Amino acid sequence: MPYIPHSEKEIREMLLAVGAASIEGLLSSMLPAGVRDKKGLKTLHEGISEQELSGALKGLAAKNSPAGELSCFLGAGAYNHYIPAAVDALISRSEFYTAYTPYQPEISQGTLQAIFEYQTLVCQLTAMDVSNASLYDGASAVAEAVLMARRITGRDKVYLSAALHPEYRETVRTYLKGAGDHVYDILFCTDKGTTLAGAVEKAVGDDPACLVIQHPNFFGSLEELEELAALIHRKKGLLIAVTNEGVSLGLLKPPGSSGVDIAVGDLQSFGNTIGFGGPYLGFMATRTEFIRQMPGRIIGQTVDKNGNRAFCLTFATREQHIRRERATSNICTNHGLCALAASIHLTSLGSAGLRELAALNVSKANYLKEKLSGVSGATPGFSSPVFNEFTIKLGGDVDLVLKGLLKKGVIAGVPLKRFYPQLANHLLVAATEMNSKDEIDRFSEELSKILT
Amino acid sequence: MTINRTTGLSPLKARGDMLMDEPLIFERSSEGRPGVLPAAPDVPAVDARKFIPEKMLRDAIGGFPQVSEIDVVRHYTRLSQWNFGVDTGFYPLGSCTMKYNPKINEAAARLSGFSMLHPYAPEETAQGALQLMYELQEYLADISGMDAVTLQPSAGAHGELCGLLMIAAYFKGIGAMRHKIIIPDTAHGTNPASAHLAGFKVVPVKSEANGVLSAAAVEAAMDDDTAALMLTNPNTIGLFERNIKKIAAIVHKKGGLVYCDGANMNALMGLVKLGEIGVDVVQFNLHKTFSTPHGGGGPGSGPVGVKKSLEPLLPVPRIKKSGKKYSFAYDRPDSIGRMKAFYGNFSIMVRAYAYMRRMGKDGLKRASEIAILNANYIRERLKGHYQLAYDTPCMHESVFSDKLQQSNGVTTLDVAKRLIDYGYHPPTIYFPLVVHGSIMIEPTETETKETLDRFIDAMKAIAQEAKTSPELLKNAPASTRVGRVDETRAAREPILRWKPKTGI
Repeated sequence: MPYIPHSEKEIREMLLAVGAASIEGLLSSMLPAGVRDKKGLKTLHEGISEQELSGALKGLAAKNSPAGELSCFLGAGAYNHYIPAAVDALISRSEFYTAYTPYQPEISQGTLQAIFEYQTLVCQLTAMDVSNASLYDGASAVAEAVLMARRITGRDKVYLSAALHPEYRETVRTYLKGAGDHVYDILFCTDKGTTLAGAVEKAVGDDPACLVIQHPNFFGSLEELEELAALIHRKKGLLIAVTNEGVSLGLLKPPGSSGVDIAVGDLQSFGNTIGFGGPYLGFMATRTEFIRQMPGRIIGQTVDKNGNRAFCLTFATREQHIRRERATSNICTNHGLCALAASIHLTSLGSAGLRELAALNVSKANYLKEKLSGVSGATPGFSSPVFNEFTIKLGGDVDLVLKGLLKKGVIAGVPLKRFYPQLANHLLVAATEMNSKDEIDRFSEELSKILT
Repeated sequence: MTINRTTGLSPLKARGDMLMDEPLIFERSSEGRPGVLPAAPDVPAVDARKFIPEKMLRDAIGGFPQVSEIDVVRHYTRLSQWNFGVDTGFYPLGSCTMKYNPKINEAAARLSGFSMLHPYAPEETAQGALQLMYELQEYLADISGMDAVTLQPSAGAHGELCGLLMIAAYFKGIGAMRHKIIIPDTAHGTNPASAHLAGFKVVPVKSEANGVLSAAAVEAAMDDDTAALMLTNPNTIGLFERNIKKIAAIVHKKGGLVYCDGANMNALMGLVKLGEIGVDVVQFNLHKTFSTPHGGGGPGSGPVGVKKSLEPLLPVPRIKKSGKKYSFAYDRPDSIGRMKAFYGNFSIMVRAYAYMRRMGKDGLKRASEIAILNANYIRERLKGHYQLAYDTPCMHESVFSDKLQQSNGVTTLDVAKRLIDYGYHPPTIYFPLVVHGSIMIEPTETETKETLDRFIDAMKAIAQEAKTSPELLKNAPASTRVGRVDETRAAREPILRWKPKTGI
């Protein structure tokens, strides 16, 4: 059997040592007759060799058409960026990836120091004081942030911008089912594609727990965070800012400098492939005063018994294994290896590289935007400034256009009608450094052919 | 040895080992040193200020690393050398199932057809991914005896929350909301935390002196405001909850449901189908039972299986198969919604799928059998050297305590730290909470008899040292890069990030 190293002789010796005549005999001493399965496994076949398995998996993978094979302009919370070769080489060091959560600090200093550095990088990117060691993904990180805001304010009401990723909003609603609902959407401005202070003022009552704003938002539009922060702070609520295109943090004013209380989102863009939706990298950073309400693992610096610098898990009294039902969250396993990948990518880029990458994304997206806007029958969906993603409004039937483009090897964008019925003709389009000028040009040419 | 606070380096001197110092990456930084720079733009490079108002832009990030590629590679290579993983050595961490993580799984997850596939790619371009997920759901349903499975949750605790939210939705749906969940005192901390998050009140129930739940205890706790019993089977003591069928009948009779934490499913594959013995909801930990790596703290994957009555409540989307075509189904009015964006930790699913195809049905059954044999072998051979918490045969793990060592002033923590000096990762310690000073050992099936023998010899040697030279244990570990770490100080004087020195 693969991965089971025992010879029959060894099994006999071991059975003898435990005083059982057979494995069946050993099992029957623990498992009452009535619980044993008699039918066997029906869907699984016999095991296969590694070579056969390799062939089968390649066969399955070949049934997919990944980015690179096709020209892919999809974003919407999953961004295709170039990952330096050093990232995969280093996270493939099995001392990292085959270790457990670093409960024993003396033999886990590698993971611990790496995550301490990750926490620092997140603080630098967001201009916040403290970061945790990671959460699952952007959507569940928003849900955790909302619960945290409720604990801090002692209030219930949660206001989500409708320009927050629809699947994030759905996740918040699911998480909050157990804690009494009180989740409200705030309409976005159909002209600018942003959340207007006026709309927030109108929707939010006297006792909000928090306002959640994505920036850049789901449509790629940039939000006026400072104005929204001032507004929600007047009502003694917290501002939660959500970023799921981490590269934007290389260029845009960070949440910590815009009055944000809890910065969350997804840093998949750094070091983690789009991989059909996961695993990604949920992050959370906040102000020092809120640290005891923060969910998830936190790594701290300390010393060993000889006074040398060392790192360990800390503030465990917030967590489920100590506090059980009174914990700040139920989270245990998080996304440590994804955080490591992000750290390696970020440190490889360095401060200049990160800024250059962000600027490159702005250039690519604006080139694409100009090209598509020049196509007869296509107009920009909204008027606000964007980072590397935006919407276009099509004159023709969106599904037919997408089908036509796919035939030409272009995955053009995410049709918005599934999430916003009123945006039936809108397409969400992203461009990163992975989209060459040639494929952008081809996209606009093919679109032009289809629309005329 | 004192470490220079600015550079993180100790004073220059020859060392007796190859562990080396390694500063923080920020301390390696040098102004203007280039890393791996992005490609030059092939489109007209624009000044961002032309498109984005200046007040929305930031300055360069102060203190952000400026290091070369070889700095990065050496830095993380060095850090990896201070870590201990399954590939480094025996890792008998109880309740974590640290089995071998096959290399073919890693190669599979990195195939570009999987890794470069966008979650919103048109379904016709993602048929291989959908097929893999569909088949993985079928395998998991089969192994657990459940009717339907969702792959969406990201980890075990995420799966627990998903299952409990479905249980809440179930009672809401039949118009008779219930508010309590019964949880045994042996449970993992995530169980009560998840129950609380799902809006339930936790009712603890004590296990019997023999380490398992009695039907009478559940009967006494069960009432018609109790939504579910949430138990782990085998439980965290490594014992099969042998009264499960009777207990499930009691819960069901009062209209409740049975949730099983599947963290310990490595003992059950092909032997017991939970769905056939009264369990209604179960979560799987692909990063335990199905060989996917733990990543130094995730990512894992926590699928959830349910019985037919709960199937409409599963998160969206579901995967549908019509003929040979796979698609996502979103129109599910009774669904609890979503646990996360997209569909779950897909690359972890690829690894688990690879493992299950490689093992096959007989291989999975054999894995559980040998995991049980290995655990019992350790239990039997360490008995008498360490106090067994419950002197009965165990499933996949066994629990000892430091009771026999206490007279020498030696604790479980000391034994654990000394094991490091013998080249082993310590077992899980001080859990389960019901056993004072517990030492929970789970060898898994992938370890040879020879490895177990050497580990047993080390444990015996430590028991001897505890009598003759307890200071060896007190001062352990002596072989690691850092000595015993002051965890109290970390909490009392929190330093949670690096900061640039000011005024230099």
